[in-house]
Amino acid sequence: MGEKETAVKISNLNKYFADLQVLSDISLDVKKGEFISVIGVSGCGKSTLIRIIGGLETLTDGEVLVNGETVKKPSRKVGFVFQDHRLLPWLTVEDNIKLALEKGTKDTDEIVDKYLKLVGLESFKKAYPTQLSGGMAQRVAIARALANQPDILLLDEPFGALDAITRISMQQELQKIWKKENITMILITHDIAEAVFLGERVVVMSSRPGRVKDIIPVDAVCHYQRTGSDFARTRDRIYQEFFRDEEMPFAYNI
Amino acid sequence: MRAKKSVPGQIGWWALYFAFPVLVVLLWEYICHFGSVKIYNMPAPEIILKDAFEKIQDGILLKHISVSFLRVLEGFLIAAVAALILGVLIGLNKYFERFTELVLQILKPIPPIAWIPLAILWFGIGESSKLYIIFYGAFFPILLNTVDGIHNVDKRYLELARVYEVDKWRLTWKMILPGALPSILTGIRVGLGNAWVCVVAAEMIAATKGVGYMLSNGRSMSRADDVILAMLLIGIVGKIMDDILKVISKRIMKWS
Ligand SMILES: Nc1ncnc2c1ncn2[C@@H]1O[C@H](COP(=O)(O)OP(=O)(O)OP(=O)(O)O)[C@@H](O)[C@H]1O
Ligand SMILES: [Mg+2]
Repeated sequence: MGEKETAVKISNLNKYFADLQVLSDISLDVKKGEFISVIGVSGCGKSTLIRIIGGLETLTDGEVLVNGETVKKPSRKVGFVFQDHRLLPWLTVEDNIKLALEKGTKDTDEIVDKYLKLVGLESFKKAYPTQLSGGMAQRVAIARALANQPDILLLDEPFGALDAITRISMQQELQKIWKKENITMILITHDIAEAVFLGERVVVMSSRPGRVKDIIPVDAVCHYQRTGSDFARTRDRIYQEFFRDEEMPFAYNI
Repeated sequence: MRAKKSVPGQIGWWALYFAFPVLVVLLWEYICHFGSVKIYNMPAPEIILKDAFEKIQDGILLKHISVSFLRVLEGFLIAAVAALILGVLIGLNKYFERFTELVLQILKPIPPIAWIPLAILWFGIGESSKLYIIFYGAFFPILLNTVDGIHNVDKRYLELARVYEVDKWRLTWKMILPGALPSILTGIRVGLGNAWVCVVAAEMIAATKGVGYMLSNGRSMSRADDVILAMLLIGIVGKIMDDILKVISKRIMKWS
């Protein structure tokens, strides 16, 4: 592996809401094309972190560079997928995607077709969001983000509201997209298996205030096999970050 | 909410709908024929029905209704256009909102009927004074609901607009106004209802035609049947107008 460029560089980031410190001294470099999972307990500041990277929230102290530039405001080149699909209910799937495209974009129909096909929903172009299931709506939201050809895709618990089976197939789909489109992705999750299956590195956060507790590299084999021993070992390691003193559940023992 | 879809279920559902008015009419009949009420003050349903048939035959009924209806339509449409434009401007621009706020807040509590004396002084007893009252009655519900609707558009959509750098024009037309639409349509329904109330009030005071005139004329002629007939008409026409708007609203909001 040669030296890759840095897509996101976070240095000594601190974030306060009034007197409450939410993030403390976060530093993290994300390489171009890398897939990073961020995991942590609820309320540890994961959303705050990714919103700062996406320019939706200001930082108190420190520096965040995206593609070498300080983040001032959100940009179409940094896609953001929210936990809720956030499709406008009064627009069809097609129009929802078109609304997110840059004004004056040519061949919008082709773009819509291409990305709907990528997420397997080309036949739902004319449907309204209420006619879609939760998983389908989230796929449209991903297509909407990808249609802008972002360099970086930020995903804040995109599958959190989905059932376990749908979630797994969505993870596989996202992984396929990542491999195919070569986009840098940062995924927030609180599902350990999801973090391991998708991430090349897993950032474990501690809470109150949120810090980077550990960064765990994931072997590529974990991205193919959810059932292998490598996967289990990595998962256990993350598990222990949260429950160090407790006994491992039986199922995790090898 | 519609209950079951089966045919017997449907019949039962409609029966429930009409049971109460039928009961009221039966009770009314009973009181008129067996109670101690003077028929002069409280005419039985069949007398009102007869009155209605006579008035339908000589065309008077239709004339009164259409005169009132056209007045309402005219005043309401002018009010709707004005209130929508003003409401959108206020909703989108906080400086303009601040600028208009105090005057609107003082005008808002003044009921439309309180304007009748001044309207007559200004415009005389012709059409203009009635139009003014109707306009006033319809204007505020539409204005306030439009402003509210715009202010209450889901903030998450505004965040989405930032992420995708949606321009002001599309933000307004594709995100904010559709988001405010349910509230705007509610305002329009309330506004039309108010306009209908106002036409009656205005016609009762100064008119020679219309359902409000029917009411006041019935009183001065001591015709309780005319008065009750006029009241029923006001209620029925008002309900039908609201039903029509409900259907239109559903059509417009086809996504929900
Ligand atoms: N706008 C805000 N104003 C004040 N406090 C906030 C704001 N946003 C978040 N917080 C606080 O910051 C802390 C971290 O919130 P954040 O949403 O980042 O957590 P999270 O890790 O994403 O949690 P979850 O997994 O539940 O989504 C919480 O204590 C929250 O109350
Ligand atoms: Mg969160």
